[in-house]
Order: sequence, then C-alpha cells, then structure tokens
Amino acid sequence: MASTAKFWREQESRYNLEGTRCSNCGSFFFPPRSLCPKCRRKGTIVPYKFKGTGEVVTYTTVYQAPRNNNRQTPYTLAIIELDEGTRMLSEVICEPAQISTGMRVRAVFRKLGEEGEKGIIYYGTKFVPA
Amino acid sequence: MREVAIIGVGTTKFGELWEKSFRDIAVEAGLKAIEDAGIGGEEIEALYGGNMSAGRFVEQEHVGALIADYAGLAGFHIPATRVEAACASGGLALHLAVLSVASGWYNTVIAAGVEKMTDVESDVADDLLASSVDRKWEAIYGATLPSLFAQMARIHMGRYHTTSEQMAKVAVKNHANAVHNPYAQYRSKMTLENVLSSPLVADPLHVLDCSSIADGAAAVVLCAAEKARKYTDSPVYVKASAQASDTISLHDRRDITTMDATVFAVKKAYQMASLDPSHIDLAEVHDSYTIAEIIAIEDLRFFKKGEGGIATEEGETEIGGRIPINPSGGLKACGHPLGATGVRQVVEIAQQLRGEAGKRQVPNAELGLTHNIGGTGGTAVVHIFSR
Ligand SMILES: [Zn+2]
Repeated sequence: MASTAKFWREQESRYNLEGTRCSNCGSFFFPPRSLCPKCRRKGTIVPYKFKGTGEVVTYTTVYQAPRNNNRQTPYTLAIIELDEGTRMLSEVICEPAQISTGMRVRAVFRKLGEEGEKGIIYYGTKFVPA
Repeated sequence: MREVAIIGVGTTKFGELWEKSFRDIAVEAGLKAIEDAGIGGEEIEALYGGNMSAGRFVEQEHVGALIADYAGLAGFHIPATRVEAACASGGLALHLAVLSVASGWYNTVIAAGVEKMTDVESDVADDLLASSVDRKWEAIYGATLPSLFAQMARIHMGRYHTTSEQMAKVAVKNHANAVHNPYAQYRSKMTLENVLSSPLVADPLHVLDCSSIADGAAAVVLCAAEKARKYTDSPVYVKASAQASDTISLHDRRDITTMDATVFAVKKAYQMASLDPSHIDLAEVHDSYTIAEIIAIEDLRFFKKGEGGIATEEGETEIGGRIPINPSGGLKACGHPLGATGVRQVVEIAQQLRGEAGKRQVPNAELGLTHNIGGTGGTAVVHIFSR
C-alpha cells in the first residue's frame, strides 16, 4: 500500500509550488498539467514556480476525518486562487474563526501527512494568513 | 436508435446487511427484477453492473462475471460488464445498458448496481469516498468528500443567502418520505433541530446533512420498447439517457456552486426527450449531502440558480409540492451504497410511474427524472422516463 514513488513523483511540485504554464496562451496550471485544455496540441507547456500568494475563494473547517487522513481535527481547508489566476486546494493554518472569503494567504512548507504503519512522511505546501 | 423500456425492477433493502455478502445482494436484486419482468434468466443477453470499489470494500474485482455466475447465468456465457464512475456507477451501468438495446445489439439486458460497504470499518469507507475526487491534489491536502461539498455550500450561502435551515430541510423532507419506503435504511422522521444540533462534519455541514454508508443492490430489466407489452402491462419507457463529465477537482470548476456535468447531461436529456423541466412530475436526485440536492434542483432547471434553498424551505419539493424531489427518501434516508444508488433511483421512478409507490405515491406521475453524480460532479448521468 505505502508507496514512496507516488509522493516522490510530485515532490518538486508539492515542495516548491512548481506548476506549469502554457507559453502559447499564458494560462497557469497548479496542480501542473502537461496538456493545455485551451490550446491542446498547439500549446507549449513550460515549468513555472508559483509566487505562493493568493486569496481564499471558499473554505471549511473539518471536524471529522478518517483516521488514515492522519490529521488532527479540526483543521481548515480552502480553495485558494493563486495570484497567477489558477486555483488549488490546501490547508490554511489558522483558527477556524480567523478565515474568511477573500482573505490573503501565502504558502509555507509543512508536513502534509504520513502514510501507513511505517509512517512515510510527506511534505508540501500549506498556507497561512498573509 | 430504437426506443427502450424497463419491464422489471428489483431492490434489496438498503442498510447494514450483516448477514448478506456482496454476491448475495447482487443476486437478490437481480432475481427480483427478472421475476418482476416475468422472463426467464436465459432470456437475458447481457449484464451491466455498476460498482465503485468492490476491490477495496470486499477485495474482489472481476465482479461482472461473478454476478452473472452467482445469478446462475454462467452456463449462458453472456457478456457481463462491470461499470465504474464512482457514485455514478449505477446510473452509468443503466446508460450503457440502454445504449446496448437502443442500438439493436441486444434485445433484453439487465442493469444492476451493487455496493457492499460495511465489511470494512466506517473509517476505511470514508477514506474510500475520497478516491472519487482527486486523490493527489485534493485528498492528500486533507480534503474529504463532505469537506468539498461544505465548500460549495459556503459559496452558495454567501452568494444566494441559502441557510443551514434550508439545507437541513432537505434532510427533514427526505426522511419524512422514507417513512413510507420499506427499502430505506432510515425510516424515522427527523426535525430541523435534530439536523442542526448534530455534530459538524465540515462546517457548515452536520452529520445529518450527509448520506450514510450502507450495503445495497438494485436492478432493472430492459428490452426493446416494441416488445415490452409482451412481458408487462405497465412498461416504463426510457425517454432520455445522457452522461457528461467535468473536472475531477472542485477547484478547477467554472463555478463551484454549479455542476456543469449535470447541466450538460440534463440539457442533452431534455433535447432527446423533447421536454423541458416544467413537464417533469418528479425526480430522484443525488442528495449525497443536503447542499447537493439544492444544487441539483437548480442545475436540472427545476428552479433558478440560487433559488433551490428557498424552494425547499417553502415545500415546493415535497410530495404534493410543485416538483416532488426524492419521494423515496433519497440517498439521505435510503442510505448510499455507492454503485447501487443510481439504479435504486430508477427502481423508485419506475414504481412511481406504475402507481405502485404506496403512501409515498406522487399523484398522476407520468414523467420522472433520475440524476446520479460521481464524486463532486466529475460525472453526471441523467435519465428521463415515462409511463
Ligand atoms: Zn494554452
């Protein structure tokens, strides 16, 4: 069940908010895409490191989560619109009452969770109020 | 393309069926449908079985052949296909079954949906639900299925002034309907206060805003419409069968409060049937969460975007209201055995159109719609039926 490869494969993206950009139409992609939905085969996909700033589009505080999620509840999740214009889902580290729609946030590097009994720890981006 | 009719339906009771296995419930539903159709098993030419995750719930793949085998059909060597689109697996199995008859390839087929969820701990089942969304870019960051619907609810509340009470009303209505449904998991009424005082799962959704883990199976027998009267006096005709997809992740959607997969599927369905929403007498929609029913009745164009909450509050979706929604009790009160749900919805509509729904009967039901989604709306399947 536990597989390091599946985390290692996305390591660069998760650690450094490294996504992609289509140099044909200028669209940004995080999570990264290797095919631009707009330009399809005419697009040229290049790596792009996101600035890591954005704002909260919507959010929730999770009070009940499956154990294998390996998170202490409550924790707060949000869909964040990065300043480059693309959206991602991530955890926002703050008090539940602190978050609001439109709030500015910035990315930080944190432990995302661990998998299996052996506890393979994987890291990635979370956000904090900016 | 030729017209297709449903000539038999069957369902197990939904709930924690400790004493029954995956294959037991699949066969039970299938035999009931075949018996209801009054045909012999040897007349079935193909089987489509909707199932999301037997591999992880009961460690069994290859369930198409398994179901056909235990239904006693192995000797006929019929094509038996397992169909998967997360919680829309059942609706999709029916869609493919309809296409197979409409095309003329087969004359008589069976579509089933089955899920056995309670052989694993509820924790494991809850985690499996997250495999219906983007495991890599949603679930790994902590997203659970209810947490994503909660984020839809948040925007819906902000933009359209939908309230927690209106969402709770969906649960209250559906539980009231299920009192009269012998197949439902929960058959007791609940109050707004019960829902609103239940613990939060993901703010603003409470435990009682969420559908439950259950075991269950349902099946329908289909044949070419011109032959339907040979088997039954009350065939149910398939007027439309449509499927659409959308981004797997909620964050990539054009609008977080609209499921474009539903919008596109229902647009095709209304065109196919030459109908508009005002013609539909009742619908079974995918209320995996209470906010999901509110979004669904808007996307299906029964109500304008943003008016699903107030319409629910005012009783327009109750039996006896303008457009009864989920007279069976929906996923909320029937329970939601993932792959079974989409077919269970069709069983309900067929019973309603035949006038066999007992105390939950919608008066003068002539046209019914089913709406089944996968994940947060990455897949939607819509069917329209007439009597
Ligand atoms: Zn492009």
